[in-house]
Amino acid sequence: MSSLSLAVRDSSTMLRRNLLHARRYPSLTLNLLLTPIVLLLLFVYVFGDVMSAGIGGGGADRSEYIAYVVPGILLMTIGGTVVGTAVSVSNDMTEGIIARFRTMAIHRGSVLIGHVIGSVLQSVASVALVGAVAVAIGFRATNATALEWLAAFGLLALVALALTWIAVGMGMVSPNAEAASNNALPLIVLPLISSAFVPVDAMPGWFQPIAQYQPFTPAIETLRGLLLGTGIGNNGWLAVAWCLGLSVLGYAWSKASFNRDPK
Amino acid sequence: MASFVMPTSMPADGHASPAAVSAVGLRKSYGDKTVLDGIDLRIPAGSVFALLGPNGAGKTTAVKILSTLVTADGGQAHVAGHDLAAEPQAVRAAIGVTGQFSAVDGLITGEENMLLMADLHHLSKREGRRVAAELLERFDLVEAAKKPASTYSGGMKRRLDIAMTLVGNPRIIFLDEPTTGLDPRSRHNMWGIIRELVSDGVTVFLTTQYLEEADELADRIAVLNDGRIAAEGTADELKRLIPGGHVRLRFSDPSAYQSAAVALREVTRDDEALSLQIPSDGSQRELRSILDWLDSVGIEADELTVHTPDLDDVFFALTGNNEPMEAVR
Repeated sequence: MSSLSLAVRDSSTMLRRNLLHARRYPSLTLNLLLTPIVLLLLFVYVFGDVMSAGIGGGGADRSEYIAYVVPGILLMTIGGTVVGTAVSVSNDMTEGIIARFRTMAIHRGSVLIGHVIGSVLQSVASVALVGAVAVAIGFRATNATALEWLAAFGLLALVALALTWIAVGMGMVSPNAEAASNNALPLIVLPLISSAFVPVDAMPGWFQPIAQYQPFTPAIETLRGLLLGTGIGNNGWLAVAWCLGLSVLGYAWSKASFNRDPK
Repeated sequence: MASFVMPTSMPADGHASPAAVSAVGLRKSYGDKTVLDGIDLRIPAGSVFALLGPNGAGKTTAVKILSTLVTADGGQAHVAGHDLAAEPQAVRAAIGVTGQFSAVDGLITGEENMLLMADLHHLSKREGRRVAAELLERFDLVEAAKKPASTYSGGMKRRLDIAMTLVGNPRIIFLDEPTTGLDPRSRHNMWGIIRELVSDGVTVFLTTQYLEEADELADRIAVLNDGRIAAEGTADELKRLIPGGHVRLRFSDPSAYQSAAVALREVTRDDEALSLQIPSDGSQRELRSILDWLDSVGIEADELTVHTPDLDDVFFALTGNNEPMEAVR
């Protein structure tokens, strides 16, 4: 068997295993889904009127705030889903079955690739679910063209891939599930301090660089531009660069951790 | 896999005999703690080899190195004819490993675990189902096959573990403490399973803390102590090295104990347990002479037991260490 077909076959076996886990024990995934949905409802129905006062020169109403907040919520959904990935990778690494995999003549990377593909699929499914809730409460992106929809979907998948590789690395170096969930906290916190809920220029001056120079803000601005027609500027390239950079970093980190001798 | 070519190293008598596992000068340290301090091994194909030693002696580390799980700091090893460092994938294709801690996926069922192994060995769907069903049957797991492996008892997990190891039909099997933590019935079942493997011509490398187990199963035994091989040989050879055998007399009446202790003189006394130990190799002839002697001096013990050397005796004798086992970590 060539090494490529070995990689594909073993990775798809590992993917099936991870999807089986997710299907048998859906509670972790569902819990993580709850956070973005609650935040969406909270910001729209409870804070919505106040928050919208800060947008578009103060004249925005609730439906405009829904439009503003949904792209950030969608990216937050990915951040939350990959926390689950970090936890399950860390859990997995403490299991004896991983030691067994290491002593079998299988493709070395298949364990990680299985986790990554499984997690990206879960992220995409979660985004679709949260997106459906958003549409149900009045989110509309009717002006977006098919190409823009496709690009938006591609961006979400790319973000999912990047954050998943980082989360896999975090899971690999965490000794247990608690540590993994703590280590992955930045993936929850970063969107909160991005332009997800209020525009960066409405934030205090000292805080603006923190909100500006991080992966979520350019991704959110790009998504907004694609779905709602706001200006994208160089955010598109920045978002893609962040994603590629994080993917490569997370991949190298995860691979190095996996190849290290287990304790 | 049956036509596997084993490496041929030349033993002293000049006949080529294939070695399934051979190692020279294996070393491994964690930080400044030396776990393996240069061990040499040579295990003929088709035999059972037991690595015997107390906790912390380095048994698990030896298995981890030989099964490609961790890399050695020094030394060389060949497994199934392949250099461990240069061709780890070829080694992996020939071996099966059942570690000390169960290597089953607890979140999925026993059957799914088996099918996972079949997929990873690239068996066809039909072949995978056949092999899985056959092994589940052989290891008495048919009833539990549809239940999550995390709900299995210790003995069942260990059986599933070995069943998973056998899916790829490995020619060399590593078993790290296969019976530790099992109840007596499960332990005997496990011994039966290991004997069956051997009759199929598989080479078995097992580690254990129990001399009895090594004695039951192994063709050759190496005693590992503090990262070094303290002795190697058959069970009988090892037991002959040490004088641990004795007859133990226990009394319930302190005055009977006192008079016996005075009458027998050259015995080891245990005043608290009211028991006396008389050195003996446990043979019928020696037992008869001891009994005659006891009768002649009019001693009647409440209990007489014969002790053959156990791991403690072997271990203490070979290492000259009189600390209790637990302290020798």
